[in-house]
Amino acid sequence: MDTAPVALEEEAMIEDIADMLSKIDRQRAKLIPILQEIQQRHEYLSKAALEIVAKHLDISSSEVYGVATFYNQFRFHPPGKHQIKVCLGTACHVVGGDIILENFERKLGIKDGETTADREFSIEKVACVGCCALAPVAVVDEVVQANMAPSKVEGILLGFDIQREREQREKQESATDK
Amino acid sequence: MQPINKNIEERFNSIVATATKRVDDRRPSNKPSIYVGMATCGLAAGAMETRAAFEEALAERQIEARLVNVGCLGHCYGEPLVVIENPGFPAICYHKVTPGKARALVRLFLQEGDPLFEYVLGALEENELIPTVMDFPRFNQERRVVLEKCGAVDPEDIDEYLAKGGYSALAKALEMSPAEVIAEVLDSGLRGRGGAGFLTGKKWQLARNAPGRDKTVICNADEGDPGAYMDRTILESNPHQLLEGLAICAHAVGAENALIYVRAEYPLAVKMIGSAIDHAHQLGLLGKAVLGTDFNLDISVFQGSGAFVCGEETALIQSLEGKRGMPQHRPPYPVEKGLYQQPTVINNVKTLSTIPAIINHGSQWYRAIGTEKSPGTAIFSVVGKVVHPGLVEIPMGTTLGELIFDVCGGIPNKKKFKAVQIGGPSGGCLPESFMDTPVDFDSLAEAGAMMGSGGMVVMDEDSCLVNVARYFLDFTQNESCGKCTFCRIGTRHLLNILERITNGEGNAEDLDLLQELSQEIKEGSLCGLGKTAPNPVLTSIKYFRDEYEAHIREKRCPAMMCRPLTAFYIDLEQCARGCDACVGSCPVDAIFTAKGRKKAIDQDLCVKCGECVVACPVEYNAVKKVSPPTLAPRIERPQEESS
Repeated sequence: MDTAPVALEEEAMIEDIADMLSKIDRQRAKLIPILQEIQQRHEYLSKAALEIVAKHLDISSSEVYGVATFYNQFRFHPPGKHQIKVCLGTACHVVGGDIILENFERKLGIKDGETTADREFSIEKVACVGCCALAPVAVVDEVVQANMAPSKVEGILLGFDIQREREQREKQESATDK
Repeated sequence: MQPINKNIEERFNSIVATATKRVDDRRPSNKPSIYVGMATCGLAAGAMETRAAFEEALAERQIEARLVNVGCLGHCYGEPLVVIENPGFPAICYHKVTPGKARALVRLFLQEGDPLFEYVLGALEENELIPTVMDFPRFNQERRVVLEKCGAVDPEDIDEYLAKGGYSALAKALEMSPAEVIAEVLDSGLRGRGGAGFLTGKKWQLARNAPGRDKTVICNADEGDPGAYMDRTILESNPHQLLEGLAICAHAVGAENALIYVRAEYPLAVKMIGSAIDHAHQLGLLGKAVLGTDFNLDISVFQGSGAFVCGEETALIQSLEGKRGMPQHRPPYPVEKGLYQQPTVINNVKTLSTIPAIINHGSQWYRAIGTEKSPGTAIFSVVGKVVHPGLVEIPMGTTLGELIFDVCGGIPNKKKFKAVQIGGPSGGCLPESFMDTPVDFDSLAEAGAMMGSGGMVVMDEDSCLVNVARYFLDFTQNESCGKCTFCRIGTRHLLNILERITNGEGNAEDLDLLQELSQEIKEGSLCGLGKTAPNPVLTSIKYFRDEYEAHIREKRCPAMMCRPLTAFYIDLEQCARGCDACVGSCPVDAIFTAKGRKKAIDQDLCVKCGECVVACPVEYNAVKKVSPPTLAPRIERPQEESS
């Protein structure tokens, strides 16, 4: 992948984080809320982001990294445009949640915790989303998909393909119109 | 009793009067009201689309009706659930309301007066027309104290909660001295619903008496047990009851700061509790000088970042202080030295949500529910292989059999009950012989399981207990914070051994090794996570030893769940010539056409997902599953014909 746009992206992100931090108390207790806020705005915690947080709270960056890696919520690389979370809670497990995860992994050619090269999709497994009566479930772009099956995995991904094709076609058409 | 403080009562009564009036204004008595269950599970089942369909149909037919978003009734099997109050009819609950049914209800029920019996779950009140929900064991064996108003009030409307008697317990508690409140809770015998079952009143008393100025009360809503979701439901469906309980707790303990520690994975719960706090502030039920007294209370929300161990109270405090959530030595207990070394009470969501009822009805009323040593009700999320999964609130002392077979309708598809896993990763698996065991703190602990957070997963003959034990170990070893060697490394080795067994590579000594290591982990760990992590292994070996032995000796999974030990094949006798339903269903193109245009499975490609079983038409029923995999006949793929 071309690195230039990524560097630009990173620069804008750091600027935004610095701005955000300037409004937050320099209290250790704010560490986790700060990390949550950064992830909410930018989807992940980059190395530079962790360093600037450490500086703000006047603690070592290894300590910030230690806290961030302790909790499952935090991500350290950018997720895909479409985020797929497969529930592997107990109820989902007994009805084959792992099979659903495998199907997403196979179809997208990535493993749990990874993002596709085009940054369209990422897969994560989650412990329990609390919809046990509808197991197995997956959360695709914040929408809980109940009673998943391998064929439904294909259906969901096909839906995204169709959507993308349509968008591209529309883009082309509007380009030719001009 | 102190003389009743007229000031509190007057202020509270005027708040209630205004709220009731607002509710009445919004609900004209001669118009229908439609309540749609919009908690996470309802939304997952399509409640959003159902609501939109109601909205459209009402507009289209120009019918004036009130659409209300409510929380969850706990009947997850029937989602999306809708309750309709149509003047002239009893309130009726409809289940599995699809957008199509919603449109039909508007046209035929609201417009033409036909209540559409075929969609009805039951009426919510006695009447002569429709059977009531109380005719079902699910409803009449339940006893709702904590969940009483869940699904009946709009969680974002404090007026409704007030109109239904909400916050009256807080007003009453503020008229009592803290010591009187603590005495009442102590008398009620309420035990902490977080799992350990410590006397709540005792905890409050210890914190009250502990020296320190900045006392804090914390609601632990870091529900991390995979398979339990009652805390989420309470937060999403009736957050005010929790706030009321938390405020009473703060008054009793003498705290002016309260925190709700809720999982960040529950975005809807975070939103609901946040708006509830704002609304309560606006009405003077929280904040400075609550109801005109000298009691101040600030409640804030902290989002937990997804670490199971943070359910442990000392770890939770660490994470609030911005550190890695690692459990600390106790004593000192948090009631003496908790958050920033100040006395801190940490109570579970269910515990706090029980408090208003105890204050309102008195400790003796509460004691009359449940058993002597475990008074009150228990909330379970019963999921897995049951006909009616969902949230159930039953009196303590109900037997496991009544809960699973009567309340939740037993096992679906004529399968046989095999085991029930109680208490999540810390609990145990109990076989059928325990069906007469009463559900309470002590009886479950004696049986080798535990109340835990109330997660209950029912398993039928298709569930493999070795596999389930492996699943839980996978979870706990991942969540071990790493502080204690036995927990950190021991659980990893337990998992390795279990993985070996489920892959068909177990050996004869494995069972002894598992048991020995389990004991050592229990003894060598500091906190509850390590002390209880081996429970699923120990109980499953104890009650289902033959299953372990089948895996180890015969390389066979009796439940046919462990994929390396099973195989699918197509019975050529039953396969229909020319049908290729299975071919398209296979995600890896492992199914090919064999001789005579019948189908066969390429065993080297098959990932054993089971889609072909679903795809194969029932009249052929040709796809078979076997264990060990050597039982499946191997059919070679014909050479590609050059065309």
